Amino acid sequence: MASSVASTNNDPNSVPTIPALLDARDLFCERDDRILFQALNFSVTEGQVLQVKGSNGSGKTTLLRILCGLNDAYRGTIRWYGRAIESQAEEFYAALLYMGHRVGVNKVLSPLENLRWTCSLQQQVDTDELMVALAEVGLRGFEESQCYTLSAGQQQRVSLARLLISNAKLWILDEPFTTLDSLGVKQLEALLRGHADEGGAVIVTTHHQLKVADLRELTLG
Amino acid sequence: MSETRTSTGQAFRATLKRDLLIAYKRKNDVVNPFMFFLIVATLFPIGITPEPERLGEIAAGVLWIAALLASLLAMDSLYRADYEDGSLEQLLLSSHPLYFMVLAKNIAHWLVSGLPVVLVSPLIAYMLNLPPESYLILFVTLLLGTPILSLLGSIGVALTVGLGSRGLILAVITLPMSVPILIAGTLTVQQTLNGASLLGYLAIMGAMLLAAISLAPLASAAALRISVN
Repeated sequence: MASSVASTNNDPNSVPTIPALLDARDLFCERDDRILFQALNFSVTEGQVLQVKGSNGSGKTTLLRILCGLNDAYRGTIRWYGRAIESQAEEFYAALLYMGHRVGVNKVLSPLENLRWTCSLQQQVDTDELMVALAEVGLRGFEESQCYTLSAGQQQRVSLARLLISNAKLWILDEPFTTLDSLGVKQLEALLRGHADEGGAVIVTTHHQLKVADLRELTLG
Repeated sequence: MSETRTSTGQAFRATLKRDLLIAYKRKNDVVNPFMFFLIVATLFPIGITPEPERLGEIAAGVLWIAALLASLLAMDSLYRADYEDGSLEQLLLSSHPLYFMVLAKNIAHWLVSGLPVVLVSPLIAYMLNLPPESYLILFVTLLLGTPILSLLGSIGVALTVGLGSRGLILAVITLPMSVPILIAGTLTVQQTLNGASLLGYLAIMGAMLLAAISLAPLASAAALRISVN
């Protein structure tokens, strides 16, 4: 498992001794008579960061949405700790943190109110914890402003604050670097490294060259 | 660390509180349907007749139709912003049953769009010269009926939230579903004038409300999954 390149592997006998955190076998997805990907196999284990690469329109976002269960227009199997996700949906979703293109930040609410709601869908949080997380992503002083007064990068940061609070094991992040400044990029990379070191797993799409040890890559298209 | 996971009840309360907070900060969405209700109800005396006797005959129907249209007007804001900013995806990906999350949103929506209409209805009833013995029953039928309208409307909105141009399609889906409630509501109010026993009519409306609470959020949840897909 030390290889740093795509773990595309068609041999069904190569089952690892510990079941992978997330294991996708033989994924096939078609859109408008165009095959986005077929016979796609990959897995992520604890402590790994998987970067999904590919040109625009190659199906990166579609793949991530399939993994989260937001899109069901695919064939193939996805297993969570060796078992089908449908049989353990509650555990899977409790361990999942998804950040999409649309960051999930309501424009009229403040960063604090937004963060409180998104976090309390998963876990209990108190205000101090939220304030610390917002300060850490550089939103000190903006906690109570309405989000439509913030820039796109700041709204992205509201969403990133979730990463600091969440207990989720698997992070699925779709283009999290797009609107961040260089300092924000460094901070997010440190977060990804920290999460992997603590035994979590990350699946991330970005065109950015990630500075993370033991990075795995999966190229689509 | 799983002991810090929220219970479904806590997630339900958090969602309810969030939606009420959004409504408080977006007062337009709350005030506009309410003003619409008042204006539609006042148009009838102007358009038909100011004669008290004839107004009294149609008052119950006018109030119910105005409430139905106001509810339809308010519906569109239910999932739109959440769909556009991605909050809806977060809601779908929570580990709690989507039924309860949808129910929380529906309740918050009714509290800010349905309840004000119910509360002001006796005043409009007075203006339209509804016989005084019907005030209470009109109030009760609206109290039972407007939540049903919200719950049914939620299904239509959930189905159409992903479409670019919604416009009339929402009305075309929702209004036919609302006809049974309109019939039950106006019939109940008219029966007070005939001196009939009302318990049976109210029981039917109560049964409709219970059925809507238990089934409509399931349909909304399924529709939301399709829309986001």
